[in-house]
Formats: sequence, structure tokens, C-alpha cells
Amino acid sequence: MFKTFPKGGVHPPENKLAADKAIEKLGLPKQVSIPIAQHIGAPSKPVVKKKDLVKTGDVIAQNQGFVSSNIHSSVSGTVAKIDQVIDTSGFRKPCVVINVEGDEWAQGIDTSPDLIKDFSLSGEEIRQKVLEAGVVGLGGATFPSHVKLSIPEGKSVDTLIINGVECEPYLTSDHRVMLERAEEMLVGVHLLMKALGVEKALIGVESNKPDAIEYLDQLVNEDPAIDIYGLKVKYPQGGEKQLVKALLDREVPPGGLPLDVGVVVHNVGTTLAVYEAIQKNKPLVERVVTVTGKSLQDPKNLLVRIGTPVRDLIEAAGGLPEDTGKVVSGGPMMGKALKSLDTPVVKGTSGILVITEKEAKRDSEVHCIRCGKCVDVCPMGLEPYLLKQLAQMERYEELEDNAVLDCMECGSCSYTCPARLPLLDYIRLGKIHVNQIISNRKQK
Amino acid sequence: MNNKVLTVSPSPHVYENTTVRKLMYGVVIALLPTLVWSVVTFGIGAIIVTLVSVVSCILFEYLIQKFLLKQRPSVGDGSALVTGLLLAFNVPSNLPLGIIIIGALVAIGIGKMSFGGLGTNPFNPALVGRVFLLISYPAQMTSWPVPKGFSTGYLDAETGATPLGLLQEKGEATVSQVMEQAPSYSDLFYGQMGGSLGEMAAFALIIGLIILLYLRVISWHIPVSIIATTGIFTGILWLADPTQYADPLFHILTGGLLLGAIFMATDYVTSPMVPKAMWVYGAGIGVLTVIIRVFGSYPEGVSFAILIMNAFVPILNRYMKPKRFGEEVSHGK
Repeated sequence: MFKTFPKGGVHPPENKLAADKAIEKLGLPKQVSIPIAQHIGAPSKPVVKKKDLVKTGDVIAQNQGFVSSNIHSSVSGTVAKIDQVIDTSGFRKPCVVINVEGDEWAQGIDTSPDLIKDFSLSGEEIRQKVLEAGVVGLGGATFPSHVKLSIPEGKSVDTLIINGVECEPYLTSDHRVMLERAEEMLVGVHLLMKALGVEKALIGVESNKPDAIEYLDQLVNEDPAIDIYGLKVKYPQGGEKQLVKALLDREVPPGGLPLDVGVVVHNVGTTLAVYEAIQKNKPLVERVVTVTGKSLQDPKNLLVRIGTPVRDLIEAAGGLPEDTGKVVSGGPMMGKALKSLDTPVVKGTSGILVITEKEAKRDSEVHCIRCGKCVDVCPMGLEPYLLKQLAQMERYEELEDNAVLDCMECGSCSYTCPARLPLLDYIRLGKIHVNQIISNRKQK
Repeated sequence: MNNKVLTVSPSPHVYENTTVRKLMYGVVIALLPTLVWSVVTFGIGAIIVTLVSVVSCILFEYLIQKFLLKQRPSVGDGSALVTGLLLAFNVPSNLPLGIIIIGALVAIGIGKMSFGGLGTNPFNPALVGRVFLLISYPAQMTSWPVPKGFSTGYLDAETGATPLGLLQEKGEATVSQVMEQAPSYSDLFYGQMGGSLGEMAAFALIIGLIILLYLRVISWHIPVSIIATTGIFTGILWLADPTQYADPLFHILTGGLLLGAIFMATDYVTSPMVPKAMWVYGAGIGVLTVIIRVFGSYPEGVSFAILIMNAFVPILNRYMKPKRFGEEVSHGK
């Protein structure tokens, strides 16, 4: 029996179309647009200006404060402008636009594929390098990784969990990293363990990736510090709280972090980025992105420079089909629908999903029949039907009492609702109001 | 590819393949074995009653939505069809047409549409109709045709008492004397007894339950808690005095208990949301059913028990919430 989290969850069709496709390097674009806010926390401050020459790996925006991250140039060339460009959020955000000229890497970066296993850095030095390299959570949340490596006073950590769950349908980038870059990633696991001062790391992988489980198992055979766990396929197991519950049976309290139960969770891709940052001195300038969709000619996994327009990725997968309705950044459950194909790939882009017009059309809603399926599937133990009603009626205090802020927006409720109610849409709206009420209260 | 207009909407971008209509038709499929068996047992009357009930329920819903509420009629969702079938299942197969039509009007008009239609009614509409008829037409509603195999007799069907009716009117006799007149357990299991047209054949109802569970229309909690509570409660009484009280199996197989537990009490709209509350709701129905049957003046009490517990559902939903993730911090084993 594979482990899983006990309450809630759904099992959408997996559609891992690109699971067998080895990672390909995408050619350099003509121009990249690199947003200065690609992470949770304060936007970085640009340190280049128009007409500056930059090399791949040069810092182009400096982190501002602790919860922030450096941004590096992902290409070599000339800064064309610093301008507002539509990003994944659909809004115009400041970006550094660079015209690509050649591919010259900044000094000290090791671009060779050689595996470097040994390291002698201290935990503090590892943290510092992770910060400098601009590594953020690549699973999609883009939380600056060095913050997750800094244990606040009074907390202690005993276990590192590496998230190889990839529970979103369609996405396969983590799967490919575990198959093709596993040895490097495992060095990254040890680096993270060193930085956290823990003796034990668990890697959780869903059982729909048996090849990855088997391969990793083989590699850690001689390594008592790392254990591989197969997990029952269930969405949203890749959510930190669900994964910690599944692997260790520990429940993170509401509003808390895995840190509160002695755990830190890092994604597989992040772990690889940590390896590259420290052993190769290579900042986060590229990532693996799954380009997929049933209508795409050739779904694949691409190694893409940050800032590359989504258009280039779709071209590489055979071009945008005529009947496309939506292009989503991320998976079908939590991804964001893009407004424009010129949107740049950012650190948090795990996949680009093309959805046909037919699939993109949402059935019109009918009346709630109180079947309770939304309550049944909510992994956080909430009552989505009730939250939706309260949000609609603008009863925000009750919404807060009913723990609306626990919602992580996994979308299981909207996915399963037979009446096709836009449950999560209303819950999101409610969360915004509740957050506002709470911050007003604090100001008083 | 340049000028493609993309749809922008919040996640999720995919949906499960279930719809309200599919769930309702799932219930209809689960009801079919019982309907077929009823026709085999009671003859043409079962078909006539069911058809009239279904057609009038759908028609009343359509007319009320179109002309009274001025809504777009939504009879296509199949819920009126389910109500029609369940109302028919809860009446004798020789019930005169006019009475069925009145029952359908009460079920749909008062039980459902007066509260705003599907999803807003606090009481099970079919049971509202049934109880209205039981109180208004007690004679017709309790003249039970006896199973004679398929026949074309409708209003002139031969009638007799139900097993629970025998028990109710036993007077000074002991239960074992009553049991001699009552059908055997295998007759009860195959529905060879007097009663409403859809309540008797335990095996057909259990097939229906399996279909509902397989199609994931309902969860097992409500049927199991009702049947278990009824079994335990009547078991205690039976053990205390077997000459006065019938055994648990008799209580489970007779009357509308299985029909109620499997199809009536599990109605989405009028049952609780979380398993915990479903247990309480089911246990309440079981206990009330036994109290009415054993200590009340009606021989059968499932309908009343369900309607009474329906009234508690909002309270159960309010106070029995699912366990919030992380509320009790656990730190592993």
C-alpha cells in the first residue's frame, strides 16, 4: 500500500503526455523579458540600465530585504529597455528586456555536465550562495529558498522532504528531472540537509512514476540518509501540508508552515537548482518546462531560459493548434490562464498547457443540490458550498470563522461540483475581503 | 497564431465528468430493478401508478416554473423524475389516479417548489406527498394489494394486511402467533407481501444500493446507520421479550425500511453533508422508526422518521463540521 493523505482529494485524469520525452534544450530566443518580481516577497531592484551589456548569469536585479530574491540575466546581450510587460498574472509588471547576442556566460560559472559530489561549505555558506543564485521554489509557489533554509529562533527541524509528487495532471518536468538529473539532485539533497542541519531526507514520488521511484531507490541504496517513498496518486498531494501529512502523519496547524512540525519541504527542481548554484556556481537562469496539451502536435519537456516568451515554447512543440481556447501556465488544476503568448517564462513556470476551445468552455451552473461532494474532497476540511454562499452574501466575518483562509485554492471543489458552481472563484473573492478585514483590524 | 484570442479564467481548468443530471439518472437506474420486480409481483397497477406519478410530477414542476415562478423550466435535470418514481414507490399499486395526481401536486408544489425548487427544500418532496396522502386518504393508502404475480387487475386488486399491520393489530396474541400468519423470511426478501409498490423486495432494493454505491451517487453511511440502528434497537427489545417484540430481521425486511434507508433518507438536499452527521441522522431515523412502529399507533414509521430527521439537517450541518486540517496538531506516531 502506498501512503497518502487521509482527508479529501480528487483524481483527475493524469494525461502525462510528455512523460517519456527526454528534456530538450530550447534554442535561445531573440529577446527575453525578465520580470523583476518572480517570487513571493519584495520585488527586486533593477541594477542595469538601457544599453548595458550583460552576460548570462549576471545579476540584473538585486534582492530587497530578506524575503526577496536576486534576478540574473538568462542570456548575454544588450539591455533594450526596462518596461512594463504582461506577466503570468495578466497584469503589466516591470521587466528587464534584453536583446540576445551570442551566449557568453559570466565568469566562474561551470557549464560543463560533470557531476561534482563533494562539498565543504558550511550551512551558512550554502544559504548565502542559494540567496545569491536567486533560487526560489520551482514547484510553482516561488518562495525564496534561502528563507526556507533559515530556521528562526525557537524552531527546530528534523526532516527534509523533497517533493517529487507532481500531482498536477499533464506536468512531467519534475518526473524528467528525477530520471535525467537524479544524481545531481541527490547532491542537492545533501546540500539542503547540511544547510538545515538534519540527518534525514525523504523523497515523496507518486506511484504513477514507477521508473523514477525505482531509479532513485537504486541510487540511494548505499545512502542511509535518504529514503524514497512511493505515494498513492491523489491530487493535491504535492501541497506541502498534504505531503507532510502523507509521509510523516504530522499536521501543520492552520496558518502555519511545515517548519512548525519540524519539516522543511523543497521541490525536486529547486533541489537541482541548489546543486547547480553551489557546485557549479550557476544562478537560476533556466528551468525545465513541460509544454503539453492533447491538441499539441509534439508535447515535450524543454530546458528554457527564464524570460523566453511562451510563444517560442509552443512553436517548439509544433505550434498553436487552431482550436485552442486557453493557454495555461502551470497545470490544469492550479495553473493561470495566460492572456498573451508573449508572456515570459518565469522561475515558477512548471508547464505550459494548451487547452482546446471545447475543453475550455465551462458548463453553465445549476442550483446547488447539497450533495456534499465539495466537503468530501476538500483536503483542508472546509465546507466550500458554505464558503461560497457566505462570500456571495458578503458575510465576511462568518467567512473568517469558517476558516476560509485555510483554503489553498487547490480547486478540488470546483473540479468535482456536479452543479458546476464556481466555488473556488467565490472563495478567492472572499479570501481577499477577509484578508483586508484582518489587515484593517491590525492597523487599528 | 498571432491574433488568437485566448480565454482567461481562474483555475481549475478541468472538470469532473459528473453533472446533476447524471447523478439523478443514476438514481433512476438504481430504482429500475425494484420497479421491474414490482410489476412482476403486483401486475399492471404498478406501471399505471408509476407512470401517472412520474408524468404528473414532471408536468407540475414544468408548469410551476414556467407560469408561477417565471423561471426557465429545469425538468431536464431529472430530479422531478426521481421524485415521481419515489412517490409511486411509496403508495399501493391500486391507488386511484386522482389521488396520485394530488400526491404529485403536493410533493412538487408544496414539498419542493414552494421552497424554491431543487436544492432548497428542507423535506424530502416524495415523502411530503406520501404523508399528505396517508393522512388525507387513510383508507386508500392502506389497502394493500397482495402479491399475486403479474396481472392486469388495477383498482380491483385483491387486498390484505402488511406484515407490520399484522403485528400492530395483534392485540393479546404473542409475536410467534402473528409470525405464523406472516410471510416467511424468504418471501419477505423477495417481496412476496402486501405493501407499497416499491418497498417490498429487499433483494431488488439492495441491488439498487449496490448500483448507487458503484456509481458513487451516495456514500454508505446513511443506509448502514439506519439499518444498523434499527437492527440494534429492535434486537434489544426482542432479547428483552421475544413474545412481545418481533426480531430485528423482520423489522429490517418489512415496511419501507430498506426503501427509506437506501433511497429516501439519502436524498442529497435533505440529508447532512459530513459522515459524522450522517451517522447521527441515520441513527435518529432508525430510533424514531422503531419507536413509531413498536410504541406508536401507526404500523409503519419510516416516512415520519425521515421527515422529522430532515428537519434536524440544518442543525446537524451547522454544528457537525468536518475536521479542519491541522486543528489538532499532530506530531506523528
